[in-house]
Amino acid sequence: MSSAKQKDGAATGVREITYAEAIREAMSEEMRKSDDVFLMGEDVGVYGGAFGVSVGMVDEFGEDRVRDTPISEAVIVGAATGAAVTGMRPIAEIQFSDFITIGMDQLVNQAAKIRYMFGGAANVPMVIRAPAGSGTGAAAQHSSSMEAWYTHVPGLKVVTPSSPYDAKGLLKSAIADPNPVVFLEQKLLYRVKGPVPEEEYTIPLSSSEVKREGDAVTVVTWGRMVNRCLEVADELSREGIEMEVVDPRTLMPLDEGPIVASAKKTGRVLIVHEAVQTGGYGGEIAARIADSEAFYYLDAPIKRLGALDVPVPYNPVLEANVVPTHEKITAAVRELVQ
Amino acid sequence: MAAKTARTGKSSRAGSRPSDSLTAEQLTDMYTKMNHIRAFEEKVAYFFSRGMIHGTTHLYIGEEATAVGALAPLSDKDLITSTHRGHGHTISKGIDLNRMMAELLGRSNGYCKGKGGSMHIADLSRGNLGANGIVGGGIPIAVGAALTLKMRKQDQVVVSFFGDGALNEGSFHESVNLASVWDLPVVFVCEDNQYGMSMSRHKSINLDDLADRAKAYGIPGKTIDGQNVFEVYDAMVEAIDQAKKTGPVLLVSETYRYMGHSKSDANRYRTKEEINEWKKRDPIAILRAEILRRGTADEKTLDGIEAQTREDIEAAVRFAEEAGEPDVNDIINDVYA
Ligand SMILES: Cc1ncc(C[n+]2csc(CCOP(=O)(O)OP(=O)(O)O)c2C)c(N)n1
Ligand SMILES: [Mg+2]
Repeated sequence: MSSAKQKDGAATGVREITYAEAIREAMSEEMRKSDDVFLMGEDVGVYGGAFGVSVGMVDEFGEDRVRDTPISEAVIVGAATGAAVTGMRPIAEIQFSDFITIGMDQLVNQAAKIRYMFGGAANVPMVIRAPAGSGTGAAAQHSSSMEAWYTHVPGLKVVTPSSPYDAKGLLKSAIADPNPVVFLEQKLLYRVKGPVPEEEYTIPLSSSEVKREGDAVTVVTWGRMVNRCLEVADELSREGIEMEVVDPRTLMPLDEGPIVASAKKTGRVLIVHEAVQTGGYGGEIAARIADSEAFYYLDAPIKRLGALDVPVPYNPVLEANVVPTHEKITAAVRELVQ
Repeated sequence: MAAKTARTGKSSRAGSRPSDSLTAEQLTDMYTKMNHIRAFEEKVAYFFSRGMIHGTTHLYIGEEATAVGALAPLSDKDLITSTHRGHGHTISKGIDLNRMMAELLGRSNGYCKGKGGSMHIADLSRGNLGANGIVGGGIPIAVGAALTLKMRKQDQVVVSFFGDGALNEGSFHESVNLASVWDLPVVFVCEDNQYGMSMSRHKSINLDDLADRAKAYGIPGKTIDGQNVFEVYDAMVEAIDQAKKTGPVLLVSETYRYMGHSKSDANRYRTKEEINEWKKRDPIAILRAEILRRGTADEKTLDGIEAQTREDIEAAVRFAEEAGEPDVNDIINDVYA
């Protein structure tokens, strides 16, 4: 997975931990620092969360600060909002990101708007953590990638980490942020290991990162698709096609500088995401590039590659072919550089 | 926490119960269905343990009496909505086991052409409006189906299954209220298997008797022993009658799931003793003992039924395996009508 040219951003001599462990460390460190930070959600306590992210946390912090909730997403999001407005820093886990829709009113009409509606008088420092994405065979109601929905709501921040290192550093910043943050984790990355330093660090929100340098084409991608694009990059590198892979890491607010700079450098842009293509955030990125000075440097139309416009099917072969595959990404890059 | 004996309802007065007049054929049918459910589930559990089924599944083993007892009084025209733990409801409502197994195996000849899997099996031709991946997701749909029945003056009923965990979703509260104020023919069947995933219902709800929730919506509510298919059946006969005449009813069936919540469950939240305590009141054993007591079938016949249900499941596996994987080109079909 790691490429020779891939920048992992991590310091030297670091241990490898999983994405899930990195998230747990971020939460635990922030909870040790401040009693205002707490975790709540369905089965986050003794069960350790549906994907094991919070395993053991209840032993350290107790049931008061690692709170099992009833199956009630509307009030999980809403109670996080209310606690945040009154000074706490809640982290609310929604068991699958698909179920955020049940808390959508509290998220969209309350959490996101309160500060603005009150003329800036309130802060809503909360994090909604939820696993997104397909590939687990859980079918249409447990596999969505809906990041674009949240990016369309002013007041929300949207974070989509693609590695253990990014997950930890970004989550710490999300917890410290005075705004509601939707932190979208990747089910298929939870068990993937990567280098994470022992010593404390944070990664600022809204900091796009060039994950791999290249000059032939810019590929903008996030979440689970980052590793897949890096794999394609390694392969195509053997043919002399050097892809530059840029991961926005935070979709909202977007740090477009590195994306525009890369587009200027390569003159060719492919945007890859796991969410369905129509209405996906790739459209926003394409528009940002087209609206920028990079437009004058483009040698080809900006291309998008998202999932097919369908709900996620159950059968593993169908499921694997809904999202951008290794082959489709490779073909799209080849077509662009021709 | 030891297994609690559930309260029994009023209708259990000896001598006057509808279940007393179940025919030999009906009893055999119930026994067959309960065994079909268990054999199906055991096969699915085996496939999962071998990594032969993709995704996750929620097994119903231990809870069979609720689905079978609740649906035995229904006609083919009556409707149901089901849950993520839906295999039992689906088999009880009547299903083609072959196509059901094929769907779990993701085959093109499955109920959903391999697109839905365990959590989305539906058979509209038999009044099954589908399993559901969203906790509480089927309850409002049941209310809508009952609205159709009422507006078209059809003499049918909708049965909506959901778990104790779903009692805390807004969808439950909004649905029961609407069904109540519109007098819709729905029987809400809460399967209280004591946990919503890892959470004890005693921690998620501050009521001893979950049927008390009915009071808040001005409808009748009753808690029944979900391990005893006769008690479920009797309560259901009464509830269907009420639902058609005066509007919705809430039944809470006290039961227990023997297996973990889903594929990945270390059972950290409950004890082996508790599980074993509940297994002493196994729903299939209770039905079997009563059939033998009534003498409508003998040991040999019942053993034969059991063996046949296992063979039916093997045949379903063969049916599924003969079919191919769905065509990748089919991915884009079925999104819009
Ligand atoms: C809206 C929603 N929230 C959470 C989940 C995850 N989940 C699936 S089943 C389940 C527990 C449901 O408990 P209960 O309703 O009691 O049904 P049981 O599993 O016990 O049959 C949970 C939390 C979900 N599928 N949908
Ligand atoms: Mg339950």
